[in-house]
Amino acid sequence: MDVHAAAPEARPSFAALVEPHLDYLYAFAHKLCGERTAAEDLVQDTLVRAFRANESLRNRERPRYWLTKVLLSASTDRWRKEAPHENDVSLEDERFSLFDTLVEEDPLPYSDRLHLDFLDLFDDDNLTTSLQRIHAAHRTALVLAYVYGYKAREIAELTGTTTGTVLARLYRGRKQLEKALWEYAKQRGLLKGESRT
Amino acid sequence: MIACRDAVERLWSYLDRNIDKAQEQELEQHLGLCRHCCGELEFAKQVRTKLASTAETPLAPTARERLHKFVQRLGER
Repeated sequence: MDVHAAAPEARPSFAALVEPHLDYLYAFAHKLCGERTAAEDLVQDTLVRAFRANESLRNRERPRYWLTKVLLSASTDRWRKEAPHENDVSLEDERFSLFDTLVEEDPLPYSDRLHLDFLDLFDDDNLTTSLQRIHAAHRTALVLAYVYGYKAREIAELTGTTTGTVLARLYRGRKQLEKALWEYAKQRGLLKGESRT
Repeated sequence: MIACRDAVERLWSYLDRNIDKAQEQELEQHLGLCRHCCGELEFAKQVRTKLASTAETPLAPTARERLHKFVQRLGER
């Protein structure tokens, strides 16, 4: 057998490399941009960028990790063009405690497991929508760390920053998420006596 | 003993195993005495579980087909 002649055939095609990761890429994109059409668009942009860098992708042992990096690059380029949304959680809200607010406001008076029942109000779509109210860099760090389990040093490498910056973004993102969940629940009438707006 | 505010600030890093040994000991000492912060810790775990549960957003069959065709077209270039 001519090993050298067979080598190019042994390389997986671009499709074979990326197809197993399409569901992941779409789910990740959906978490980042909160809207299904935009998520699909972002995945297509990612695939084009990945295809252009196909040779370097073939040489990597972790295609999913590498595709994540490509997707993050594509999404960052988009967010640079985006204006802040009116529902964005203010950075001044970092001292907000959802745990304490739920105890003080008691929005589910018949619950004997208040905090868990509050979280159960959020399905996948509600949670994803709430995530969109968080600053993009903080949201990205939160999703990478707590939805997909990346370590801080990996997030730093994926997003081109330092581990210290990632830890700071995670802290701020967590506080913003707490506030975003509370505001979303109130605005969408998920709590007692609240009217939809 | 550290204050509740400091303890709460460290909870997620504690769960991430991203704090140093001295800070970890201070926090655990605090948690041993503070019921409020134990509640905050439990809630932090619940929020993390909630986030992790959303990892799989179902890809609609029509969208999967579009992406599949998109990949095939790219591969044909």
